[in-house]
Amino acid sequence: MSKLVIEGVSRTFAGVRGGQPVQALQPVDLAVAANDFITILGPSGCGKSTLLRIVAGLEAPSTGRVLLDGNAVTRPGPDRGMVFQSYTLFPWLTVAENIGFGLRERNMSERERSEIVASYVDLVGLKGFENHWPKQLSGGMQQRTAIARALANDPAILLLDEPFGALDNQTRGLMQELLLGIWERRKKTVLFVTHDIEEAIFMASRVIVMSARPGRIKSDVPVDLPHPRHYTLKTSPEFSALKAQLTEDIRVEAMRTAQAQSA
Amino acid sequence: MLRPLHPVPPGTRTVLGIAFFVLFVAFWAWITLGGHVNRIFLADPLSMLKDGWRLLVEDRFWLDILITIWRVFGGFVLASIVAVPIGIVMGAWKPVEAFLEPFVSFARYLPASAFIPLLILWAGIGELEKLLVIFVGSVFQVILIIAVKVGSTRRDLVEAAYTLGATDNGIVKRVIMPANAPEIAETLRLVLGWAWTYVIVAELIGSSSGIGYMIINSQSRLATGQIIFGIIVIGLIGLLSDFAFKALNRWLYPWSLA
Repeated sequence: MSKLVIEGVSRTFAGVRGGQPVQALQPVDLAVAANDFITILGPSGCGKSTLLRIVAGLEAPSTGRVLLDGNAVTRPGPDRGMVFQSYTLFPWLTVAENIGFGLRERNMSERERSEIVASYVDLVGLKGFENHWPKQLSGGMQQRTAIARALANDPAILLLDEPFGALDNQTRGLMQELLLGIWERRKKTVLFVTHDIEEAIFMASRVIVMSARPGRIKSDVPVDLPHPRHYTLKTSPEFSALKAQLTEDIRVEAMRTAQAQSA
Repeated sequence: MLRPLHPVPPGTRTVLGIAFFVLFVAFWAWITLGGHVNRIFLADPLSMLKDGWRLLVEDRFWLDILITIWRVFGGFVLASIVAVPIGIVMGAWKPVEAFLEPFVSFARYLPASAFIPLLILWAGIGELEKLLVIFVGSVFQVILIIAVKVGSTRRDLVEAAYTLGATDNGIVKRVIMPANAPEIAETLRLVLGWAWTYVIVAELIGSSSGIGYMIINSQSRLATGQIIFGIIVIGLIGLLSDFAFKALNRWLYPWSLA
């Protein structure tokens, strides 16, 4: 049985000032197997973030439904951990308190909490920074904390909305390896939205390519590259072949978006 | 050379800031001691200091100062404990906002000073009336400012908290309130400034103690030196309490510093 099932989910936004309603997402069907790492790749504005927010329960679909472990998603909950593109650490909490936020909401005792928090601080390599405020951290460290915060809740699925989009290229590469390393060690079902082709291939066991707005699934590409993956993989011939294929796919969509905007 | 937006070194900044005070007092001394204005209407700086000293030593003016400080503090606390919870509730729950916002917006334009005759009828000319003047003058403003700040809580933080399993109650207690605490404290710092204005107005009418009372009393005796001394005392205490408040906020909310 699939871990996550997306059935005919679409999203239409009401028109602004009496204008035509805008369809952001055409009906999408997708089944995700447990412990799969799925990346959703698409040009900006294709509705991929909208799809992710619907899975998170932060937005309601106009049609269709989302099932996680057979239960319909109606509102956000701790079974769907999310990492956002913008830095969303709570600025009034330290790194450790941020990571423990979800556990605190569950009324877990201080002692149990600190044990779990310490293990996740370790997992994302933030030892020594437990008592720092978020504003004292670099962008990469903030996103590492955000990943630890989402994972500490032990969610059934981890949702990431362009989590490394605001980081510089070098940091981004390191973060990809860090997240993939965590996934390789502690299997987890992951839905990862990105517009970066290389990132989409490197992280994924399956890449879902989305079309230009209104978004729909254009292709579904399995990535059978071996694990554990090392950054040198990005220069291998197999990787390059996949990249060439997806670049072609996404280029057509990006051009369509550009034309739609200039029209 | 003066160039737009070019920063000034810290030392120079201090010197320039003090220089204006010196110039101001020098000008004041020149027009008064030089005989350019009638001494009856404006005392010179030296007689002002002399009058002030006499007030403190002989007329026990420090008691008036303490009474005024107590009133400011009392009115401020009263307004804060009413306005902060209402503001938070209004900002967080939109139906409550829809219910109260129009009335509060209207009420904040009611001038506190015009309420003084009514407040005297209701509460007499005792301490309660002074506190109520400050209360009426600030409570509606504070409610609105806090409601707006709470209403503009970063949505991404709220969404993040929901995905971590927070309940609606948890969102209010552990996201909305801490997120806005520094700005609420900053708003209250402003209120303290208003309270100083309202308390003097309250003391000018129907009062028998306080800095404002001393000022209105000095007017009938044409003691302009005392009036000016009283005004300067208010300014200095205001400045000191402002510094103290700022320091307290910095200590309470170290995470919000840039």
